[in-house]
Amino acid sequence: MIKKISLPITDEDIAGLKAGDAVLLSGKLLTGRDAAHKRLVESLDDLPVEIKGQTIYYVGPCPAKEGCVIGSCGPTTSYRMDPYAPTLMDNGLKAMIGKGTRSKEVVDAIVRNGCVYFAAIGGAGAMYSERVKQAKVIAYDDLGTEAIRELVVEDFPVIVAVDSLGNSIYR
Amino acid sequence: MREISVTSVTNAVMGLVESSAFCLADGVDDMLRASYKRETNETAAFALKTLIDNADLARKKGLPVCQDTGMAVIFARLGQDVRIVGGDFYAAIDEGVRRGYEKFRLRKSVLDPITRKNTGDNTPAVIHTDIVSGDRLQLTLLPKGFGSENMSKLYMLTPAAGIKGVMDKVVEAVSVAGSNPCPPIIVGVGIGGTADYAMLLAKKALIRSGRSHDETLANMETELIKRINDLKIGAQGFGGDTTALDVRIEKYPTHIAALPVGVSIQCNAHRLAQTEVL
Repeated sequence: MIKKISLPITDEDIAGLKAGDAVLLSGKLLTGRDAAHKRLVESLDDLPVEIKGQTIYYVGPCPAKEGCVIGSCGPTTSYRMDPYAPTLMDNGLKAMIGKGTRSKEVVDAIVRNGCVYFAAIGGAGAMYSERVKQAKVIAYDDLGTEAIRELVVEDFPVIVAVDSLGNSIYR
Repeated sequence: MREISVTSVTNAVMGLVESSAFCLADGVDDMLRASYKRETNETAAFALKTLIDNADLARKKGLPVCQDTGMAVIFARLGQDVRIVGGDFYAAIDEGVRRGYEKFRLRKSVLDPITRKNTGDNTPAVIHTDIVSGDRLQLTLLPKGFGSENMSKLYMLTPAAGIKGVMDKVVEAVSVAGSNPCPPIIVGVGIGGTADYAMLLAKKALIRSGRSHDETLANMETELIKRINDLKIGAQGFGGDTTALDVRIEKYPTHIAALPVGVSIQCNAHRLAQTEVL
């Protein structure tokens, strides 16, 4: 049975999720990867986007083809965001979407802040592009594919990789 | 001498960019389907089914299989009786990459390693050229994603390590990589040569298909596939039965003091295209 969650995600939603659950996400999320994370953490006093209560998706999309909202947009490997993720969660970020294992510091921050880490399916970029209904750059336009975008997604399939109790799908 | 114009080279590279971006390399789709059929872990099966459906969708709609359309790694086999005319050979390859990545709306992922400033056109390519006999020019494009490339390993073993030592290190590399390189993966292994050459052999192993023609290497490949799948990392690291779709080994003579082992890992979205430039 696949759970459906509307974004922004609530504490109640998060409390009901267990590592291994399959979930379909719908609503607004932010994108950001390596370069955007570095900038965000360096400008916490003056963030260009509101991260409180938000979900961030680690992705650098392909350019959109004519008539499409976005190009292929599967997840990138999450551990590269590990140096920044605890700071963002301590400042209100609620959920992350990426792929692969996280550091102990990230898992600790997930538990401390009641957050959740979802894994998207790496290598399924074409499929994910079809689940994105709107996309616009909202910060760091100069970073190109690494800019922060706001996406509106519908039935965006993910797996709960680390739940709010710190349980992980990875061994 | 046979003359080949730089325009032909550029056009050929553009063609390779197009034919590699929207579909998986020959045989990968079948390997994913076979893995899905025998998968016993429900979450891993979900991941494999998603990848199979994604490849179908990408091919039908002309969408990149994966958003990491890679750094363009080009293997050129240049006949010594070929003369490239009209300009610079490597510049012509880069021009094909530049035009191809723009025309087919692929991601520009290449940047200066120090300033981190994007070059904006996915150039330069990484080009490996072998000068061979004859008057042909064959080009192979391996668009290499870096979730997997970041998991590359080089081991400078001592001769005492032997075949078992080599295999233990390959398994270790895959184990350490875990969920990061987007399993199920293809593992390229290069044994011998110098440090740099072992890594190049490992990369070249990725563009081969089927078992090695060397009986010992073929047996090692088969045993490594089993040992790696026994790790139960599984698709996406979710656990399950298939961690590696394939293992491919290449070897080259090395020094009496050495046993270099290069490991190059390719993600499930293995894309590859090859052409002869006329």
